[in-house]
Amino acid sequence: MKYLKILISLALTIGIFYTLNTKFGSIPPIGKFLNPYSGVWQNETDESLSGEVLIKGLKNKVTVHYDEQIIPHAFAQNEEDLYLTQGYLTAKHRLWQMDFQTYAAAGRLSEILGEKALNYDRQERRRGMGYGADQAVKVMKENPETFKLVQAYANGVNAYINQLTPESYPVEYKLLDYKPEPWSVNKTALLLMYMTKMLAGADSDMQYTNALRLFGKDRFDMLFPDFFDITDPVIPKETDWSFIDVPQTPLPANQQIVLDTIREVIDQPNPDNGSNNWAISKEKSATGNTILANDPHLGLNLPSIWFVMQLSTPNHKAFGATIPGALGIISGFNEHIAWGETNATRDVIDWYKIEFNEDRSKYKFDGEWKDARIRVEDIKIKGKESYKDTVLYTHHGPVVYDKNFKSDMELAGYAMKWIGHMGGNNQRTFIDLNKAKNYDQYTKALQYWNAPAQNFVFASVKGDIALWIQGKLPNKWEGQGKFVMDGSVSENDWQGFIPQKYNAHSKNPERGFVSSANQHPVDENYPYFVFNDRFETYRNRVINDYFNSKEKISVDDFKALHNNNYNLKAAELMPYMLDNIDTSKLNEAEKEVYNEAKSWQFNNDINEVGPSIWREWWKAVYNLTWDEFDVEDSVMKSPFAYQTIHMLKNNGDNEFMDIVDTPEKETSKDLFQLSFSEAVTSLNNWKNENGDYNWYNYKATYAGHLLQALPAFSVFNIPVGGDRNIVNATSENHGPSWRMIVEMTSPPTALGIYPGGQSGNPGSKYYDNFIDEWAEGSYHELNFLQSNKATDKIIGSQILKPISNE
Amino acid sequence: MNKNIINFIATIIIAYLLSLFMDWYSVMVASSLTALLIPLKRFAVFFVPFLAIFVFWLIYSFILGSNNDFILGKRIAELLDLQGNIYLLLTITGLVGGISSGIAAIFGKQLSTLNTKT
Repeated sequence: MKYLKILISLALTIGIFYTLNTKFGSIPPIGKFLNPYSGVWQNETDESLSGEVLIKGLKNKVTVHYDEQIIPHAFAQNEEDLYLTQGYLTAKHRLWQMDFQTYAAAGRLSEILGEKALNYDRQERRRGMGYGADQAVKVMKENPETFKLVQAYANGVNAYINQLTPESYPVEYKLLDYKPEPWSVNKTALLLMYMTKMLAGADSDMQYTNALRLFGKDRFDMLFPDFFDITDPVIPKETDWSFIDVPQTPLPANQQIVLDTIREVIDQPNPDNGSNNWAISKEKSATGNTILANDPHLGLNLPSIWFVMQLSTPNHKAFGATIPGALGIISGFNEHIAWGETNATRDVIDWYKIEFNEDRSKYKFDGEWKDARIRVEDIKIKGKESYKDTVLYTHHGPVVYDKNFKSDMELAGYAMKWIGHMGGNNQRTFIDLNKAKNYDQYTKALQYWNAPAQNFVFASVKGDIALWIQGKLPNKWEGQGKFVMDGSVSENDWQGFIPQKYNAHSKNPERGFVSSANQHPVDENYPYFVFNDRFETYRNRVINDYFNSKEKISVDDFKALHNNNYNLKAAELMPYMLDNIDTSKLNEAEKEVYNEAKSWQFNNDINEVGPSIWREWWKAVYNLTWDEFDVEDSVMKSPFAYQTIHMLKNNGDNEFMDIVDTPEKETSKDLFQLSFSEAVTSLNNWKNENGDYNWYNYKATYAGHLLQALPAFSVFNIPVGGDRNIVNATSENHGPSWRMIVEMTSPPTALGIYPGGQSGNPGSKYYDNFIDEWAEGSYHELNFLQSNKATDKIIGSQILKPISNE
Repeated sequence: MNKNIINFIATIIIAYLLSLFMDWYSVMVASSLTALLIPLKRFAVFFVPFLAIFVFWLIYSFILGSNNDFILGKRIAELLDLQGNIYLLLTITGLVGGISSGIAAIFGKQLSTLNTKT
């Protein structure tokens, strides 16, 4: 009896221990999670902003001053110490985020989240994310100067990780029940791959292949023209290209088109990823100083994608937005110059159909069999045995789709050719740009940049402005890579690259400004093939019209432009649709909405109802127009907004206007009427469920935590206007993720803000403290410290000291 | 002094000392130990260590949270479907510690019977 009691009580004890120490589904191990000495209560802390910290690997003392926004201003004696400090400070405030993003980049989420992430992981590995990072590390190793600094950054991150104990792990580790792993050069390379995927990881080649098969070449070309009837390119139209003496690759002798039926494709990055940047000349500036601005449009995440810092050595002082995991200031300025990026949106992914031999060890190429290489992806899964995925590699790149993944072709597959797989010393660009003093040094720094291709805007204290479209860009034959190509013919391979010096650029143009907003880089006169893969057509025109319409521009004008909510897309279609509706056919509810729509002035401000009406109406008319693209068993992409609107207005009786499912033959006017009724119905349904459909309520912008917008760690209903295709590009969960304006006084004076906060700890008051000011269009003055003496703007200073190895 | 009070205080002190080098289950070790060394009777076997750790964890958590205006506590209380109610979260924290140490104490008490010849 006694022993039975002991056994029972022991079993109970073990049972309760197990229950409270184990993660069940999304519920964290509750004993571990809630206990006050190592659980989440330990994360109820503010940031430590003072005192001394001993750090292994530092050569000299480093001073870090924190200002009110807890932006750290680091003063190191040399670059190695500087980047070690950057690594240390970034980890201190953003460790979980930087670590997690590299898991996501590498296709390792199953290690943390279990089997539910397996398909995602397989996709990312088959996309060649790990392979691309390996290639990048190889190139970095060939550049010991870069490698040394990237290694110093890793040492800094690890110095922070080594100071941690389980109770001080960021809260997300406790929630998901795992530990931080050491940082490495490879993890920085993965982070850069993650950015490359985000910005140069989209393509529609397979969708276009399906469209070509279904509609034929003439109709395809009408729906997807290389240039629209209007273009206002990044590099002004009047640019003289006569200096270019390397021709475009000639067309191959015979083109075999692959007209496959492709059912599904891998996930694409958010099509809204893009940005604005611009700079104005001294002559155009109200103060006589050049002024530069940048606002990258990315997911509105918490922790924010950006972390703002000042990074200084005795030789340079750089300030601006960094990306946790990467070295240097990405969008910012130093004492002499300022820079910022927008996505160049060039087509750097192509697909090749591969024909294998019987055991899939070889593939056909120019009439011979070439060996395929094998890369085994070992995917670890939490609580399960690992999953091994064998990916075949051709000289093009990984065979992403084959009988084992999203395809049923026994002896064939589609291989991906992607600039992201080609390695590169991309990190060097930012390390050099941070120190650059003038236009020449800026262009030198850019040479190392392969991908993702960016529009790098530039302004200097001396008075130059410039914009280079930089990336390693294949010199394609006319039309190459629009569709899936036959991978067995060498003529279909990329034949070479556009020489770097012939990348499109503009320096001190006569019009007095440079600007980019992801639109066409150039017009038809540029001598290389540029495929319209998804260029933006609205923001750039609003921006350029704004600058062209004003004699002189001030910083206040820049602010107004950042926050400009003018909806050009709606302005180009909605009046036409309203005029072409037969109002006598409208019912009472429709009449009411019709009048609301009539009075809208096309500004997407939060108190307007017009933007919500437009959103619903546009969605409905767009879907009705392109019902031909709703095809079973074929993945499709319907035409771009610009071409859609152009056809609705100018080609209203085109066969595509017809609704396939009805016996009648519809024109665009019929579509306007039908879609308006649909829109009114869905708006009123929405109203019944959610209340007033003003733009604020209807859009309900939010900043979501990186774990699928975990509500407890996210911020909802942010009162901010704008939308996609608007200069203030804020849609539901996407938008200006960093806004910066730099006036090139000496030293420069700058403003900046982002929708988040410097701390990655959801328990910190600095986690989301910028969001309200960001939403109302305010900025923080960036305190550019000229020496390592604290000013009255500094609220805390920390000294990092070297520690010997003993 | 009343054995209940001695056990109560000893459980907290030992739990605190063990927590310096042990994870959360130190409370279970502490209460089994005190149950073994300072055996109690009937319901007190469970309730004294339960109360000791319940109070200890609740107060400790309250101090940590209140130093930071419960910024994180409110979020965790939302995360765990407690409608952001931090008092509920504090109570659950106390209960988790309390129940696990109470049960471990029952085990300690049963072990203590090995020494007594009954």
